[in-house]
Amino acid sequence: MMALREAFASFRRAPLLSALGVVTIAFSLFAFGLFGLVAVNIRDALQKIEDRVEIRAFIADGTPVEASSAAMGDIQAFPEVLSVKYVSQDDALVRARKELGEFSDVFEPGVLPASLDIKLKPGNRDPSTVMAVANRVKSYDFVDDVRYGEDWVAKLYRLRTIATLVGTGLGLAFAAVAVIIIGATIRIMVMARAKEIAIMRLVGATNGFIRMPFVLEGFIQGVMGGLLALGLTWATSTAISHSFMRTAFFDPTLATLGVVGGALIGLFGSTFAVGRQLRRL
Amino acid sequence: MSLVRFLNVAKEYQRGGVALSHASFILHKGEFAFLTGPSGSGKSTILKLIYMEERPTAGDVWVSGVSTREASKKEVSMIRRHLGIVFQDFRLLEDRTAEANIAFALEVTGTPADMIRPRVARVLTQVGLASKGTAYPRELSGGEQQRIAIARALVNDPYVLIADEPTGNLDERATRGVFQLLREINVAGTAVIMATHNLELIRRTDYRTLELNHGRVVFDSAETPPAERPVPSAPAVAPVDHDGNPI
Repeated sequence: MMALREAFASFRRAPLLSALGVVTIAFSLFAFGLFGLVAVNIRDALQKIEDRVEIRAFIADGTPVEASSAAMGDIQAFPEVLSVKYVSQDDALVRARKELGEFSDVFEPGVLPASLDIKLKPGNRDPSTVMAVANRVKSYDFVDDVRYGEDWVAKLYRLRTIATLVGTGLGLAFAAVAVIIIGATIRIMVMARAKEIAIMRLVGATNGFIRMPFVLEGFIQGVMGGLLALGLTWATSTAISHSFMRTAFFDPTLATLGVVGGALIGLFGSTFAVGRQLRRL
Repeated sequence: MSLVRFLNVAKEYQRGGVALSHASFILHKGEFAFLTGPSGSGKSTILKLIYMEERPTAGDVWVSGVSTREASKKEVSMIRRHLGIVFQDFRLLEDRTAEANIAFALEVTGTPADMIRPRVARVLTQVGLASKGTAYPRELSGGEQQRIAIARALVNDPYVLIADEPTGNLDERATRGVFQLLREINVAGTAVIMATHNLELIRRTDYRTLELNHGRVVFDSAETPPAERPVPSAPAVAPVDHDGNPI
């Protein structure tokens, strides 16, 4: 109880120092949050493109409907497959005319073949899986040809791998910088109260008792800094959405994780800093 | 009964060299002892060994029967609750009132909240500053600040008060007042061990004196027959109040 009271009292006694702690945590996490925002939007964009990966199996003319229906059941049972849709010759014509716009009269009825449009489950859209499924589909006698945009699937996958690697690397670097800056600030704050710590020890306070108010203070500053960073990131995201382009924001889980992250950095940062100070005394 | 016992104690700092060697003495309950000697002679080292900021390199120090060589961190904290420590630079927290500075020593040792206020009031009265409880250290004179520091040291009812040059930053009058307070504390039963350069204070009283030089105890008045002790060169002065004024 005394530890909690002391933790709050230090905000009152040294408001500038406490504000410095909160603002440092907030801006460090804000920088990390902006990076996270970019990463989330790139991930969403790639996800949208990836959702369009599909295998189109063209069905030979004169194939009985029963044969293609039976095959649809088989293909639907493949573990990699999300959905299979039968596109008749008429449907194919409608779709082509819609996609080609002013050249819609290029195709005559009956020219375009019927097809099975196969979508794959997330996690099964890498080039090798797509090719393996396409080859299995191709083995049906009535399948004339199979298309799945080999080139762009490979490119998309490469782009995704690069984005993940760069994102993870940059994310770790941003996180490390944030932790270092926050850690240094907390250390300065603890050092500014070295006299208080020394007196506490001399009058017989145990190390655990001395640590507790600092740890709580670090935790509270971390939560406040995390919330401030979240607010700033949200305001930035909203401003970009209104002025330039629609952007995605963190889902509630990620947003909560950000605040929890701030709280943990504050908590562990002060635990480490006060422990170091206690060893020095 | 021995409160503090040094047995053949040596202290060597990694960078500072030998600070103390072959130091042996016993401080008894209710005793008042001066530690004197030139700067760097080992006075503060002896005090630090008593309040366990330092541990001996050789020999052993017992405080309240506990060997400081073997004391755990928890034991050190518990022993310190029965030691009052006063420094030349007062070491008060500038952002807290006199009352809060004293209460701090009780709060951090887990004293129940309802016991803090009366105990703070009692020691403030004891040091003669009952009316200055709400003042901040910067609003107090040096002598008053030192008396608040002494009040903080007293509030846990220590067995022994350790004073490291408590009058070093004070003028003549404040020195007399603070010294008078330490004498009263001793009369009330608390042992006092005080490091000082102020030979005038030593000469005025017949308290035990340990003189140090180059880390060695070169003179202990307790081991010297009274006839062989140096004759005080200054006459005893009239009693004074806590402000150093003659009564």
